[in-house]
Amino acid sequence: MIPAAFEYYRPQDMAGVLAILEEHGDDARVMAGGHSLIPMMKLRMADVPHLIDLQDVGGMSDIDVGTDSITIGALVTQSDIIDHAGLAAAAPILREAALQIADPQVRYMGTVGGNVANGDPGNDMPGLMQCLDATFTVVGADGTRDIPAREFYEAAYMTAREDDEVLTTVTIPTPKGGWAYEKQKRKIGDYATAAAAVQITKDGDTCSSVSIAMTNLSDTPIYSEAAGAALVSTTVDDAALKAAMAAMLEDIDPTEDNRGPVAFKKHVAGVILRRAIERAWSRA
Amino acid sequence: MKDEITREERVDNLKGMGCSRKRVEDARFTQGKGNYVDDIKLDGMLFGDFVRSPYAHARIKNIDTSAALEVPGVLAVLTAADLEPLGLHWMPTLAGDKQMVLADGKVLFQGQEVAFVVAEDRFAAADGIEAVVVDYEELPVIVDPFKALQSDVVLREDLVAEDGTIPDGAHGPRKHPNHIFTWEAGDKAPTEEVIANADVVAEESMYYHRTHPCPLETCGCVASMDKVNGKLTLWGTFQAPHAIRTIVSLISGIEEHNIRVISPDIGGGFGNKVGAYPGYVCSVVASIVTGKPVKWVEDRMDNLMTTAFARDYWMKGKISATKDGKITGLQCHVTADHGGFDACADPTKFPAGFMNICTGSYDIPTAYLEVDGVYTNKAPGGVSYRCSFRVTEAVYFIERMVEVLAIKLNMDAAELRRINFIKKEQFPYTAALGWEYDSGDYHTAWDKALKAVDYDGLRKEQAERVAAFKRGETRKLMGIGLSFFTEIVGAGPVKNCDILGLGMFDSCEIRIHPTGSAIARLGTISQGQGHATTFAQILASEIGLPADSITIEEGDTDTAPYGLGTYGSRSTPVAGAATAMAGRKIRAKAQMIAAYLLEVHDNDVEFDVDRFAVKGAPEKFKTMKEIAFAAYNQAIPGIEPGLEAVSYYDPPNMTYPFGAYVCVMDIDVDTGVPEIRRFYALDDCGTRINPMIIEGQVHGGLTEALAVALGQEIAYDDMGNCKTGTLMDFFLPTAWEVPNYETDFTVTPSPHHPIGAKGVGESPHVGGVPCFSNAVQDAFRPFGNTHTNMPHDHWRIWKTANELGLHD
Repeated sequence: MIPAAFEYYRPQDMAGVLAILEEHGDDARVMAGGHSLIPMMKLRMADVPHLIDLQDVGGMSDIDVGTDSITIGALVTQSDIIDHAGLAAAAPILREAALQIADPQVRYMGTVGGNVANGDPGNDMPGLMQCLDATFTVVGADGTRDIPAREFYEAAYMTAREDDEVLTTVTIPTPKGGWAYEKQKRKIGDYATAAAAVQITKDGDTCSSVSIAMTNLSDTPIYSEAAGAALVSTTVDDAALKAAMAAMLEDIDPTEDNRGPVAFKKHVAGVILRRAIERAWSRA
Repeated sequence: MKDEITREERVDNLKGMGCSRKRVEDARFTQGKGNYVDDIKLDGMLFGDFVRSPYAHARIKNIDTSAALEVPGVLAVLTAADLEPLGLHWMPTLAGDKQMVLADGKVLFQGQEVAFVVAEDRFAAADGIEAVVVDYEELPVIVDPFKALQSDVVLREDLVAEDGTIPDGAHGPRKHPNHIFTWEAGDKAPTEEVIANADVVAEESMYYHRTHPCPLETCGCVASMDKVNGKLTLWGTFQAPHAIRTIVSLISGIEEHNIRVISPDIGGGFGNKVGAYPGYVCSVVASIVTGKPVKWVEDRMDNLMTTAFARDYWMKGKISATKDGKITGLQCHVTADHGGFDACADPTKFPAGFMNICTGSYDIPTAYLEVDGVYTNKAPGGVSYRCSFRVTEAVYFIERMVEVLAIKLNMDAAELRRINFIKKEQFPYTAALGWEYDSGDYHTAWDKALKAVDYDGLRKEQAERVAAFKRGETRKLMGIGLSFFTEIVGAGPVKNCDILGLGMFDSCEIRIHPTGSAIARLGTISQGQGHATTFAQILASEIGLPADSITIEEGDTDTAPYGLGTYGSRSTPVAGAATAMAGRKIRAKAQMIAAYLLEVHDNDVEFDVDRFAVKGAPEKFKTMKEIAFAAYNQAIPGIEPGLEAVSYYDPPNMTYPFGAYVCVMDIDVDTGVPEIRRFYALDDCGTRINPMIIEGQVHGGLTEALAVALGQEIAYDDMGNCKTGTLMDFFLPTAWEVPNYETDFTVTPSPHHPIGAKGVGESPHVGGVPCFSNAVQDAFRPFGNTHTNMPHDHWRIWKTANELGLHD
């Protein structure tokens, strides 16, 4: 559990970060809280000769709750998410999800930016951000660009971010209606056996819009448009729930691990989604 | 002199036995001032670490260390070839086998030690490890002990003669090259006859999975060879420092007086730190070679994957009974997976530990046990994880068999236990498999437990839940887990119990200081049990000096009397007895001094709390404090100066703590998630020394029981890759996963122990595992479940529900 030797950088601004990235290419990685990257380095599964710590780069630690959208700096921690009253009122699903990530010690260090940028299929925030239709802003030598969360994840640890770009901001349209983040895990600190993020609105007794994303059930988070479509214009009755579960199961592709075999994971994914929808619907 | 405080106050001031005295250790532990092995830093200290095999079974064709020796900071790389001239490339195990220190031509499990890189710091050592090039030739892997006994693949070529015959092992004949021993207890033919002719027979096969003690502090040591005076000092995470000193002397040839073994603070052992590991040997050799102190400390993965697993018993049982539920016979066969070397830590005559306590708390007239030990391509070990030797396995077996029999008889499992318990008047009771249970009152404990949880009410609620489930009103089932266990702890006696020929007595040496305080040293070593607190309490009650004035010291072989250490709940039964006996020697001399000072005959004074007083004239007395001063400073005719005593205690028998546990669990059949609603634990550990510490021990033992029952395992794939090498996958419960525990007790003192104490540290683990497991199994009983194997993690519980047709 000793990492290979590496150079450590702590630049004071983004220009400094980008200069190091430009110089060392994919031999360099940026680090926010380090709670995904450092364990990988200690296991010598990630080889990072040049490690760039973002802690001293200003301007990425704010949560800004606007009328139509919310912006979250990449260095905002899970703990900041939990403690922010305005955010909890505007987007309660963020707090509900953050409380289910690891333990308080990890949440003091683990950041939103690191969580979404690392591309680990086990992380909770990527699926959540897909559910919320977030946009990730990345900055590189050529300036900034925006990437929708739903187009960001390509495969495990593979994202639309280029090696010389840094994810700086997450922007979320202010969510509406009921919400739920439902997660089954074996224990504190574990990745999800299955997790579902649901944001749902109603018009009278019928569902007017819904967004559904699943975590740790494929090599990327899964935004299931079909599962949502199965609910819209229904009263979210048993038949609609079953249709949504069936549609979601078509979209996921879990693999066997110590949490259990594929059949179990699919069954649990359905149960968890159903519970998430029911809880979100009860809050809509 | 007028006595100004009451007798009760004098008793309270001692903080002796029965007092919930706060732990004296905690001041340093809670302030981060503990001193563990990894805290030891010596001038010029080097760091050693292992190149480990990525393969579970492979021949080693070549080891190239040249690049590693070029890594800055790397000083040496040891291989088996370097150790062979010293005769240290293999070492004896505690089980009569031998084990490679460094891979000698082949490896037998993933993570096996192949080379030892010695460097200026652990970072350089890690880089050096990366640079060692090992040429492996993969061999067929066997991870299934049943297949091992059928296979042509020989794991241990060193144990097969050149002509292909199989020499006897340490425990008798071997029937296959991968077979280690067969061990029997009881009578085979009569048992088979009883079972063949019985009204009712229940049979079950169960796998008690492989797991690991996983102490928070991993194993490690610092070896420092002083080449000037020839003395070796070895600090380490040793549960038995004296035994380690003797073993090091025997295998290294260094005279024992030139070896000093020190166990500093130890962060949990649970059996993991009983054995001797290659890291100790390599550190000693590296220190001799370099002339500098060498530290070796495992990381978490090393610890989980290579040092001392526990359990891995495949158990097949038959239990017979009359039609009204009186048990008549019990048969058990175990296929024991010991991994690549037999490195179990059991007394020499007991290669399967005390598995023959598997008749449990029941009056079973006829029984037979047979255990076959088998080599596989897994890590060696087989230690007693928070239990006496293999007692968790034994108790799990009988507590499952009783449940299975209850199903067969269509009887309530609590009632079946009740009608088969050994009765109070039957003690001392000799069980069919040989043990003499010293004492017990099982019915009283059982009735108290069932009443405390309103057992009948729980069964009624459970029946209502099943009905509601069948009507589709709930997806949660309710399980009621029962367990009644009898532990067997406190090894010795020496006539039965030795390890590598070292008799399992223990010891205490007391020195009273002139001003009435004291130091006592013991042959045991606390790993968190609170010895410094509780042994002082025993002494306080025995010698009448306040516990707060008594220092307890353990773990330094240069100062502590010889003893066999701490495991198998033996500290209180053996060293605790030695403490009381040494205290009584002190008291006997104090009595003579008091009589002289009071100018009466020895027999005319009597001990009273903290003093000797003249019989019939309690106002005439000398306090122990006064007596201590006189012992050193007053010439007393016929009595040597000083007040010291030492006792080596060889117990006449084991002690047999017992307990009654009940767990109430709700199980979500759709997700497999169990929720523990209630856990009640009644423990009878005989005389209770410190109720607060007992409660803490019960909480800890139950939590490790919960872990093992509900998810904690060391699992391998077919290639022998360990799948559970980090705490991501190896379940170590936190406060979040742990329920509230209700603790209770009865007191049935041990008749042969000087203070009647029996030991408690391991009972809750022994009794807890079957209780949690039985709760899961019981929830599914109404739907036809008889038995499912642990660990009951989410997917396995889900699988049970699925196979019973409880999903759509």
